[in-house]
Amino acid sequence: MRRRASYDGIAIVAPHSTPYQRYSIETAHWWIAKALRGSLNSAGLTPRDIDGFTVSSFTLFPDTAVGLTQHLGLCPSWLDHIPMGGASGVVALRRAARAVQAGDANIVACVAGDTNHIDSFRMMLSSFSRFASDASYPYGYGGPNANFALLTDRYMQEYGATREDFGRICVAQRENALKNPRAVMKKPLSLSQYLEARPIADPIALFDCVMPCAGSECFLVMHQEEAERRGLPFVTLAGAIERHNAHPQDPIQLRGGWTMDIDELWNMAKSSPDAMDLVQTYDDYPVISAMQIEDLGFCAKGEAASFLRDKDMTITGDFPHNTSGGQLSAGQAGAAGGFIGLVEAIRQLLGSAGGTQVKGATQALVSGFGMINYDRGVCSSAAVLKAITI
Amino acid sequence: MSLLNDLATQLASGEVQVVDLTHTLDPDFPVIILPPEFGQCARFRMEEISAYDHRGPAWKWHNLTLSEHTGTHFDAPAHWISGRDLPNNSVDEIDPSQFVGPVVVIDCSKGAAQDEDYELTPEFITAWEGEHGRIPEDAWVLMRTDWSKKSGAEYLNMREDGAHSPGPTPEGILFLINARKIRGFGTETVGTDAGQGSHYSPPYPAHFYLHGAGKFGLQCLANLDQLPPTGAILMAAPLKIKNGTGSPLRVMALVPAPETRTTR
Amino acid sequence: MTTPLSPPPKKDPQKRTLSPTRPPEARSRAFLGLSAAAAEGRFALQKCSECATFQYPPRDACGSCLSTDLKWTDCAPEGTILAQTTVRTSTKLFFRERAPWRTGTVQLDAGPVIICHVHGDCERNGRVKLINRLDRSGQAVLLALPDKRSLNMEDDPQLREMTSDPKHRRALITDGRQDNAPALAKALLEAGASIVFVGESETWRPYPTRAPLLEMNEIELLPLDVTDSQSVLKQTGEIGGKTDILINNARFLRAGGALARGDTGFAKDEMEVNYFGLMRLAQAFGPAMCARTADGVNSAVAWVNILSVHALSNLPEFGCFSASHAAARSLSQSLRADFRGAGLRVMNLYVGPTEDDWHQPVPPPKVMPAALARSMIQGLQHGLEETYCGDVAKDLYERFLDHPNVLEREMTLAGDGA
Repeated sequence: MRRRASYDGIAIVAPHSTPYQRYSIETAHWWIAKALRGSLNSAGLTPRDIDGFTVSSFTLFPDTAVGLTQHLGLCPSWLDHIPMGGASGVVALRRAARAVQAGDANIVACVAGDTNHIDSFRMMLSSFSRFASDASYPYGYGGPNANFALLTDRYMQEYGATREDFGRICVAQRENALKNPRAVMKKPLSLSQYLEARPIADPIALFDCVMPCAGSECFLVMHQEEAERRGLPFVTLAGAIERHNAHPQDPIQLRGGWTMDIDELWNMAKSSPDAMDLVQTYDDYPVISAMQIEDLGFCAKGEAASFLRDKDMTITGDFPHNTSGGQLSAGQAGAAGGFIGLVEAIRQLLGSAGGTQVKGATQALVSGFGMINYDRGVCSSAAVLKAITI
Repeated sequence: MSLLNDLATQLASGEVQVVDLTHTLDPDFPVIILPPEFGQCARFRMEEISAYDHRGPAWKWHNLTLSEHTGTHFDAPAHWISGRDLPNNSVDEIDPSQFVGPVVVIDCSKGAAQDEDYELTPEFITAWEGEHGRIPEDAWVLMRTDWSKKSGAEYLNMREDGAHSPGPTPEGILFLINARKIRGFGTETVGTDAGQGSHYSPPYPAHFYLHGAGKFGLQCLANLDQLPPTGAILMAAPLKIKNGTGSPLRVMALVPAPETRTTR
Repeated sequence: MTTPLSPPPKKDPQKRTLSPTRPPEARSRAFLGLSAAAAEGRFALQKCSECATFQYPPRDACGSCLSTDLKWTDCAPEGTILAQTTVRTSTKLFFRERAPWRTGTVQLDAGPVIICHVHGDCERNGRVKLINRLDRSGQAVLLALPDKRSLNMEDDPQLREMTSDPKHRRALITDGRQDNAPALAKALLEAGASIVFVGESETWRPYPTRAPLLEMNEIELLPLDVTDSQSVLKQTGEIGGKTDILINNARFLRAGGALARGDTGFAKDEMEVNYFGLMRLAQAFGPAMCARTADGVNSAVAWVNILSVHALSNLPEFGCFSASHAAARSLSQSLRADFRGAGLRVMNLYVGPTEDDWHQPVPPPKVMPAALARSMIQGLQHGLEETYCGDVAKDLYERFLDHPNVLEREMTLAGDGA
């Protein structure tokens, strides 16, 4: 079997997160420009210095990456629009790395951003996907809440996970978020508050759900030589996978596409789950974090609950997880939710995470999951990042 | 022309009064009902064209749907097969002098009150003449039954064996036509014939004989109780409809005021 | 069991009537096949003509073999609930106002996995039977029912949102003079209608169905003549705000086509009653009913037209009459567009020859009033938009679906004669 090539020589630099807002009167274009400028400034670059560009956004309509080139004054030789929601951060990184390796581009800016107007979440749901408007939103119009309620219900029945198990994930992330000044959630959360919260779509309650907000994230991908020449600190990409519409025969989603590529990921990264200093899962609902922890090899299928029961998921714990607070506590800024864990992981490995810094972090796993096209998330992705000290 | 000047003065003073013999055109006013396989008389219908609104901001008007024979109406000779080939048999061709003329009223209201199928016979007519004098030639003869005071189902009085309402016998109508040479015959009911008129021989004798003789009919008249037996002038002018067999109309009578009547 | 629906209290005159809200309407074109099936109460899914895989959600190419030859095919509705949730809040007003709302994931025995509404009596992970219904936006939705009938199951609030059930509702039958009026009224009352108004045209003309109507309780005869705009407007003023289901059974019928008649007299009467009558009723009652589609237990819910199946394809023996019903059918489609925004459903109940004077020379089978009434009630209880009563109507519809132009040729043969 052909093995895919390594990501050797790739440098990931200049992570930038624009502080999120619950509601914004600005547009996705504005938010994307903010993040792009943030990364370029920290790298000492101008828009003319980048020749590769990827964007992920839900609220850019009618524009795509194409419209943004003119809008933002870019002239890339390599351009991609990555509409993969929660999987888009790792996918953007992986594809940008390949473009740089192949010489299609020297410096690629990967950006994601969305605005959040008063009614834009409902409007976004109404046109999310054809299968969703045909076959899921007419049923209670619960949006992702209802979809994940069904997945959570089945997961709990199948594997005996409890609400307390999911609660621990949320509570730990809130503790992390309190150390992140950019997080939307500013108040502590206790397990009893989690358990007693207002039900949204059984068994999902208020604190299982992310807070939709406006925000943007950006990072740059270039060759290590380029980064060194410019004197930019960087982290490396040890491995990355993506997979779409895996396991279509499963009647309901209890696993994601990671299971198909996980061995390749760890082989390529020459690493293993227990070597990870931190883990950033895609956490629009805690059940999905649990699924990723299983499917990425931290424990056997169905055992995430018992695995996590013995773990401390806070920054100072033995299993630092979603160190910025994740989407559950820092907020979900649309497609930027697919970048939040990745950008935070880059900061962690650069040692620039500030209040949320995990001491001595050198290896991180980031995974993405996205696009409930009908009854399940279709896209999955994962990457192992390493600091250059290794 | 002092005659007309006198009339004008008498109209102004109330010595001569105008009596309206017409029913209001109303969608719910009964029309004659024929067996359903036959064509039917249109009911009166009124549809707004505009009413000071977006369809016409400063004006209100209606389109009407009705038959020649809806509501208080005139029957021309062309209405019946017996009058089919007569000259000047349609409303537009009738000499307009025929639309104004003397009228006598035969009061059958007592008989009609007792018998819904009350018949006007030659015997009753001659008895009436004994009291009021001979019917003049070329006069309108109206059969008063007070039927116009009824409304709705009672007016048409339709049962499984057909309508029941008063009217002339074949002999009665023939007597008026041949022996008295009347101009026309009018009733308060929905037709000049009795409700059961189809069972005479010939069927519908009033229609058959009147129109066959070039005479006119008036139906659905009202207020006949306000007319004197003799001495009034009837005005019944149908719309001038080309080849029309009849027409809705406003029927009026000029009558001497009651006090003038008694002093005569 | 479902808690039985209580008769609604009298309306609080100080309370504002809820504005109608709707579940989402947007669907793909492929999906509309499911809505068309729901309009007739059928559970059908696309089936691949090549690999026989049932597909869901509706699509344009087979998810197994990429064939684009997918046919809507009636499908066994049995399945098992895999997961369930109760949606307690929604960004969509329709569901927010009706929360909590039970939905679930059902694995159909026939293959596909279906997210659907779940009837309150379904057991967790239980066996279910899916039904395909129109929701208030007029689009198909699938609803899981318990595989065995439960007590009062038709009163389930979610199910009731998808039906036009007469229970506790007030109905208007527009023409008491029609032979079918007593049977329709009786069936509505038996199905739980709280009152049936019956329109009476030309009260000066007696008619045989009056006596049997008057024998029933909860019947109110009212003057109403669909050929008279003023009469229709006046009655809207009286009962427009209380009419939850309108049954337009007014009909004018004579035999013959254009040449047999030689004039336009009866044809005008047919249009006045069958076409303009419907239009007058719609212009008068439509707005009042549309404003009351979210008015609780006795909200306005359905508009029923009783149409000749020859509205689909002309029957020359009743050529002009068929034409007037074709016009009425076309108008009913326009009304569907007018009413859809309010969620008021237009149900066309198609019949072949009915047992009455005008069809006396027509050979059987003919539709008896009681059969027509049964079809109407069933159609309302299933929330249908299209239903066909009797063998003739069903046969003609099947031929129509098969090939409308072939049907037309079948219908217009002159015969070889001598």
